[in-house]
Amino acid sequence: MFGKGIIKGFIETARNFAGSYHDPARMVTLQYPEEKRALPENSRNFPFLVFDGNDPIKGLRCVSCKICEKECPPQCIYIVNERDERGKPLKHPKIFDIDISVCMSCQICVEVCPFDSIKMDQAYELSATERFKKLILHKQDLAKSNDYYHRIHPTEADAVDAILEAERKQHEAKKSAASSETPPAKQ
Amino acid sequence: MINTGLAAIFLWAGLEQGLGKLLDHGLSLLPPAWRTWATIVVLVGVMLGVFASLFALSTLLERKGLGRMQNRLGPNRVGPYGLLQPVADGIKMLTKEDIVPRGADGVVHFLAPLVLFAPLTLSFAVLPYGRHWVPLNLDAGLLFFFAAGSASELAAFMAGWSSRNKYSMLGGMRAIAQMISFEMPLVVASLSVVMISGTMSLAAIVERQEAWLWIFPKWNVFTPWGLAGFGLFIVAAMAETNRSPFDLPEGESEIIGGFMTEYSGFKYAVFFMGEYFGMFAVSGLAVTLFLGGWNAPLSFLPASFLWFFAKLMALVLVFIWVRGTLPRVRVDQLMNLAWKYLFPMTLLNLFVAALWHYTAVWRAPGGLALRWVLCFAAIAVPCAVLARAMMRSHKWAPRVYRFGD
Repeated sequence: MFGKGIIKGFIETARNFAGSYHDPARMVTLQYPEEKRALPENSRNFPFLVFDGNDPIKGLRCVSCKICEKECPPQCIYIVNERDERGKPLKHPKIFDIDISVCMSCQICVEVCPFDSIKMDQAYELSATERFKKLILHKQDLAKSNDYYHRIHPTEADAVDAILEAERKQHEAKKSAASSETPPAKQ
Repeated sequence: MINTGLAAIFLWAGLEQGLGKLLDHGLSLLPPAWRTWATIVVLVGVMLGVFASLFALSTLLERKGLGRMQNRLGPNRVGPYGLLQPVADGIKMLTKEDIVPRGADGVVHFLAPLVLFAPLTLSFAVLPYGRHWVPLNLDAGLLFFFAAGSASELAAFMAGWSSRNKYSMLGGMRAIAQMISFEMPLVVASLSVVMISGTMSLAAIVERQEAWLWIFPKWNVFTPWGLAGFGLFIVAAMAETNRSPFDLPEGESEIIGGFMTEYSGFKYAVFFMGEYFGMFAVSGLAVTLFLGGWNAPLSFLPASFLWFFAKLMALVLVFIWVRGTLPRVRVDQLMNLAWKYLFPMTLLNLFVAALWHYTAVWRAPGGLALRWVLCFAAIAVPCAVLARAMMRSHKWAPRVYRFGD
């Protein structure tokens, strides 16, 4: 019969209309600022620095080796070593800046870091009105706890923790073996 | 529940009468020289106010309804359930910059929205809203309605021509072709009502439909010719008011906004409002011609202008439903529909109306059923045959060039 397709169309839209009121599965709209979709575990955008313990600055895993700075393709990482009074470099950064307006989210810094101290973040509400002040993240903005890392990437964080734990044990075993063979030269 | 509803309806009818009496009394207090002018001011004010608020309401209904049909929420940010969205839209429209293209014909560009809008408000004047609420009861009200409404073609073309923009021009051309083509079936479909009622006064046409079969109304739509005429009228009305699926003159996805491309701010708002007003006007005419105007749907309910507006809004909802369902037709399909389908069918409908009229003398038992079958077949069979013929697949052949090869 002619007109069958049109009638079918009308029934379909009527069902959509009625269904949208009682069938939540139909409604895919997420009212964004109020509701947020849980991000997939592997989603990532910009790097952050992991710290252990309670002090975000003292607990940083970063030893300021500058490998990430050298590897970063768009050169968005800037690191300055902390130095003691005699000018001897210490094993933590004085300045650690990432310009996220330049960062291209390639994750190479994460891959090259030997200390598992730089990881990818998921925070995406980063819009700012001033590029040069708000989009350059400093050490304080970048430092986030290991707990946070566990929250956003649970599987990856567990694996990292296991590796770090194994390394620590190996290190201790080596140390104790060394100390049992030869006494420490000086205290 | 039903009792409260009935009570509310009767209360409203009483209020309506009271309001009318109050208005009459108030007018009679004025000096006689002022009375006519005061009546005009009251009528124009009420009409513009009512239709402007209906416009606001139906933009909201349209956006909400379309959203729901597409499993979206629709506007819900301004006010509770997004009810104040039309206000926000209005403020946005009115505060926008009014841009006129450098090459545009300024005067015509400025006049086009007015030329669209003014005749539409004129056509509101002849619609009978209620038994005592007929602003202008002309003997040839229907003729006046179509005469006033035909100015919208001119407006669309003025807008398309004066903008000096190819999309506007295309939209204007399409509008002219479409509106002139669909004016024919629209007028001929309503002619059947004129034929049966024997009058062109819209108020009289409604009064003719004030008959009852037990408790059910004898509106024109409940006759074979009326049913067919109503369907044809609504399809033609959709095309006449540029509503989807016949929104080719605007065609956002192909010609940007058609003749409205170069309009912004308040002028665009007037165009937009004109479009909705056109929809109200033809819906009001359909209600008047086929759906019994102000008459109640059941014999024991009081007549009221509320019924008129309820029927009008129901038609508007149907228009929204159609917009949410059907995709836009092509230009050639549109023209075929107008000239090869709607127009012959409306002409045929005149003969069916005559058949219905002249077989009214059959008083034998089963006569009514026989008339129904006869008249319905007289319209349905040609309709099916014509549709089948139009849908028959074409034989495509390789194109042959006479001079080009």
